[in-house]
Amino acid sequence: MSMGKATSLVSAALALATLALAAPAAIAADTPDPVADAKAFQKYFTTKFPKLKLEDFVNGPYSMNEDLHRQWEEKEQFPPYEFALESGKQMFATPFKNGKTYGDCFPNKGIGIRQNYPYFDDKEGKVVTLELALNRCREANGEAPFSYVKDEMASLTAYMAFTSRGKPMDIKIPGDPRALQAYQKGKEYFYTRRGQLNFSCATCHVQEPGERIRAEVLAPALGILNAMPIYRSEWSGMGTTSRRFTTCNSQIRGVPLSPQDEEYRDLEYYLSYLSNGLPISGPGARP
Amino acid sequence: MKSLTRNILLTAALLVAGATSALAASEADFKAAYAAAEAANKEAASLRNQWTTTAATLAAAKKAAESGDFDQAVAQAKEAEALAKASSFQATSEKERWKDLEIR
Repeated sequence: MSMGKATSLVSAALALATLALAAPAAIAADTPDPVADAKAFQKYFTTKFPKLKLEDFVNGPYSMNEDLHRQWEEKEQFPPYEFALESGKQMFATPFKNGKTYGDCFPNKGIGIRQNYPYFDDKEGKVVTLELALNRCREANGEAPFSYVKDEMASLTAYMAFTSRGKPMDIKIPGDPRALQAYQKGKEYFYTRRGQLNFSCATCHVQEPGERIRAEVLAPALGILNAMPIYRSEWSGMGTTSRRFTTCNSQIRGVPLSPQDEEYRDLEYYLSYLSNGLPISGPGARP
Repeated sequence: MKSLTRNILLTAALLVAGATSALAASEADFKAAYAAAEAANKEAASLRNQWTTTAATLAAAKKAAESGDFDQAVAQAKEAEALAKASSFQATSEKERWKDLEIR
């Protein structure tokens, strides 16, 4: 064998070995790793906004802009979500026609549990959000479901969030492969561009937080759901997570899916998981 | 002579074809264009990625047809079809492209 041939063979063997070593790495890159994702996600935001404390991200645009922050502090003296909070508290305590209450449908009678939603239901094999659980509770007790986007649903979730204020978001992804798949689908939805404007959720809330889009200051994706539901001056009223997702879609000229469709449930699961450890601050107020 | 006759016939045929395409669109043209747009939008729906502008343009096409303006109706229906096809293309290309945006 000539020297040249021997070198070629060695090179080929080395290339094959490299490929063999690279293959598991490529597979690993496609396997969802929520722990690594959350770490990278939080690092991205804390690096982009080095002056902000991690827990401040839950205040959305108010943490990004000094003028807005001052306005918000004054607003919090008489928060615009107070009426919703009061009515939510009352609704929560009022029994259904069958004598049962919302508290009977939830662990710890529904108090201080917001930080655990959404969760993965292994019996159903799907993600269950707080809004979905509330309507299922109503239906199980012979009551008609509420609209997912505002009014009563916003009031109920406002009260439940209030009882969890300050508690760190604590979303679990169990060993069930379907849970990991739901997480991955939520991630895919978050980064997928849609609508005629060709925006993904990340276009605004990862790439441009703190920047203005028309008159609005964009909120960071980190901690964005911790403040839900919110009173928005733009809406002149309260809105739920469902309202936030569907209006985001229509603003980029995409036809929104129905509230609580699987895609939105998975998206909420993914986004909430990434904000694990950040405090619940809902109900919130936004410009 | 034979060749001259052939040329005259050919020119006449081209003129007739040109005149036909310049004729106002008919209700049948609108119906065909609208059906094609609706089919394209249905495809986008199956990909869970319709655009609001497609629906708005389809509605504008229908409105123009109702007022008897079939030229406008056909133009709007074709625009709607193009929008629907673009939304399907977006959904398909994003199947892999979303990964480029991911924070790792």
